[in-house]
Amino acid sequence: MHKSLMGQAVPRKEGIEKVTGRARYIDDLTFPGMLHGVTVRSQVPRGRILGIFFEGDIPWDEFVIVTAKDIPGHNAVALILEDQPYLADEFVNHPEEAVVLLAHHDRYLLEEARRQVRIDIEPLPAIFSLEDSLARKEIIWGEDNVFKSYLMEKGDLDSVWPLADYVVEGEYRTGAQEQLYIEPNGMIAVANAHEGVTVWGSLQCPYYVHKALVKLFDLAEDRIRVVQAETGGGFGGKEEYPSMIAGHAALLAWKSGRAVKIIYDREEDMVATTKRHPSRTRIKSAVTKEGKLLGAEIDFVIDGGAYATLSAVVLSRGTIHAAGPYVWPNLRVRSSAVATNMPPHGAFRGFGAPQSIFAMERHLNEVARTVGLEPDELRRRNFLHEGESTATGQIIREKIDLPGLMDRAFVQADYHAKRARFAAENGSGNIRKGIGFATFMHGAGFTGSGERYLKSVVALEATPAGRVRILMSSTEIGQGTKTIFSQIAADALGIDYDLIELAQPDTANVPNSGPTVASRTCMIVGKLVESASLGMKQTLIGSGFYDPSDFPQGCKLYLEKFATLKTVAEYQAPPGVFWDDTKYQGEAYGAYAWAVYVAEVSVDLTTYETHVDDFVALQEVGRVLHPVLAAGQIEGGVAQGIGFAIYEKVAWKNGRMANGQMTNYIVPTSADLPPIRVFFEENPYTYGPGGAKGIGELPLDGPAPAILNAIEMAIGRPVNHIPLTPEDLCA
Amino acid sequence: MPDTLLRFTVNNEPRSVETLPMKRLLDVLREDLHLTGTKEGCGEGECGACSVMLDGRLVNSCLIPALQVEGCCIQTIEGVANATKLHAIQQSFITNGAAQCGICTPGMVMAALELLNTYPDPTDEQIRNGLAGNICRCTGYMRIFEAVVRAVHP
Repeated sequence: MHKSLMGQAVPRKEGIEKVTGRARYIDDLTFPGMLHGVTVRSQVPRGRILGIFFEGDIPWDEFVIVTAKDIPGHNAVALILEDQPYLADEFVNHPEEAVVLLAHHDRYLLEEARRQVRIDIEPLPAIFSLEDSLARKEIIWGEDNVFKSYLMEKGDLDSVWPLADYVVEGEYRTGAQEQLYIEPNGMIAVANAHEGVTVWGSLQCPYYVHKALVKLFDLAEDRIRVVQAETGGGFGGKEEYPSMIAGHAALLAWKSGRAVKIIYDREEDMVATTKRHPSRTRIKSAVTKEGKLLGAEIDFVIDGGAYATLSAVVLSRGTIHAAGPYVWPNLRVRSSAVATNMPPHGAFRGFGAPQSIFAMERHLNEVARTVGLEPDELRRRNFLHEGESTATGQIIREKIDLPGLMDRAFVQADYHAKRARFAAENGSGNIRKGIGFATFMHGAGFTGSGERYLKSVVALEATPAGRVRILMSSTEIGQGTKTIFSQIAADALGIDYDLIELAQPDTANVPNSGPTVASRTCMIVGKLVESASLGMKQTLIGSGFYDPSDFPQGCKLYLEKFATLKTVAEYQAPPGVFWDDTKYQGEAYGAYAWAVYVAEVSVDLTTYETHVDDFVALQEVGRVLHPVLAAGQIEGGVAQGIGFAIYEKVAWKNGRMANGQMTNYIVPTSADLPPIRVFFEENPYTYGPGGAKGIGELPLDGPAPAILNAIEMAIGRPVNHIPLTPEDLCA
Repeated sequence: MPDTLLRFTVNNEPRSVETLPMKRLLDVLREDLHLTGTKEGCGEGECGACSVMLDGRLVNSCLIPALQVEGCCIQTIEGVANATKLHAIQQSFITNGAAQCGICTPGMVMAALELLNTYPDPTDEQIRNGLAGNICRCTGYMRIFEAVVRAVHP
């Protein structure tokens, strides 16, 4: 009798390889005759290339040199818009723009050579802030510097202002944040006219890279192959930029006829690749003296950097999440993603939502103070309930009890007693204490019609040994995909966990199950794994070969008779899903995760240092499939969120990151973090595998506002910008 | 600078390599000896992904010139498990979810070994400080603390 694996902490599939150092990441691989490749960058934020000169005492004839002139196909990274070149040809638009590629077998000489390439650039006026971009100080992209804008409306906002007892206004800012996966980006390419182009690399989305290389080389789809190596963290940072590095390695390989490896060092990875979009949010809200929210006008702007990349979709998620888990009868959200002459910003866990949620959760504390209510009481009076509608008009059909979640989180954090005690004790001494919280929701899967356009596919096949292999392009990047999918498949087939294996994501062998982003892997792709597994079980039962006591034997007998056993599942939207992309109305997401996070802080008034002393993270993510992996997702996300709030600051200088080192870009260490105490409320979701919803991005949303709300209590004044380093707090 | 012949012990085996004396120990291990379990995360001694034991003490191998290891004993992640069995700390990392993406894991395991060599039954504070030279971006460290505690108190 098969015992269900759902909710069990089974050992992770690739655990042994990882703890013994046997797991092979991209820099652990070498190919015969392989060259190393490097990128020479513009260093000027905006200008016209006048000439490229190869100087110094360098044997240039030994080098493979690639410029824009060598590109066989289309010189643009295919993503949403095709505005970003692989190699700048005439104009450069940010200081880390790739202009020349070099390859050589001696990587020490290669580094010397990189410094001896002189790119003469006639500078053009550049802009480095979203204010300057909005003011059109220079037009640097399109007609108006705007990559994308949205208008999302509900009710009749203009009618509410006369009815309001209070109108509260505020401005909130968040900074850039580096993903800082510990494995820097890297790729190896083999490319020639005979074999086509193959790349191996550290990446989240094999088919994004595939699409980009098809255009770059102007080759048929079956001539391009993308293989994921073991990947040392992504967090969104390996969603889009790997397409750039893969193209660069492949161009060098194409020209040289040799395998070429490009591995970024830490500084290059930090300064040149994407980071979280800096943002500015202005909120003006109307509220009654009883604390009922009547309406709000929200103006949300993100800095996209020099090219469009994913900014339009980051903006979309940020726009939808700006209203939070509250009932707003009237609402107007205007948002835009604008261009600056900085390296493009991109995906980072949370994808726009942490920015706009930070603003709303700070704003509601200001509303509470204005009205004269406790922050929790104000929220209690405005929470969404089952049957009520979100900012996009989506009716909540799940049983959601936000007041109950809040009560439970407050008990765990001892919120009320601590709040009273800190308030009484904060009058004296140099260490001030505060406790604060944030309540929020996060939609899982692609926004609106995204999943229907994507039409993800997962396949399952029986191996000759009678085991079951899952074929998909979803990538294991640390989150536990292989383990969770094996649990799902084993449960659906009614067989042992150890009988499930996973094919390496390789576009030559696996179907496109979509990108590994948007908290979609477990909920969306996992459901396809479940469907394909049930399909395989039915096939075996129908032919009389299903034997749960000796599954491999049954499979082998089936294969003897029919040669192959393969089942395929394609995404089908849950019933009743409606989305209007022009009005931004309808079912924005299939499901939401809901959470209440509580932070306790100490602020030292001598050094202005903030320390987070305790952190409670309570969430409802549907059914928890694997308690250890799920807690690990939340704890890791909270740690990144604490970094986002008080540690991680990008120092910009003329569009360049000036602190591209782990020495001076500070992420939390084991000595800095509080106990991160994770609690789940389980409420199975009908359309998720085993009842699961998305989980990955949620924990980035809550820490920053919870911490800033706690700091506000500690120091007795509001602060509305992050990162809040000691220098920022004393300023 | 010409290549120099260096002799030292790695994971209890005598090794000799002819290499640049100022080459980083990290590169000697990875390139000359093909021991790729030791990882490079930052190249400046901040992240600890390249941690190895040098004569029984934890070091960042990206900061050690090859010349310095002449005659020394080095232990890398490849030398932690024996042929048939994981070390208790490795098993505990798996059981307690301390390895997510895994790139910091070899260095973190080495740091945990050093910690347990120094404090056989470490306090929470000793664990936090003992691992503070190794950056993990995935876990938020809580599972790693748990793995260390459970390795001692299964």
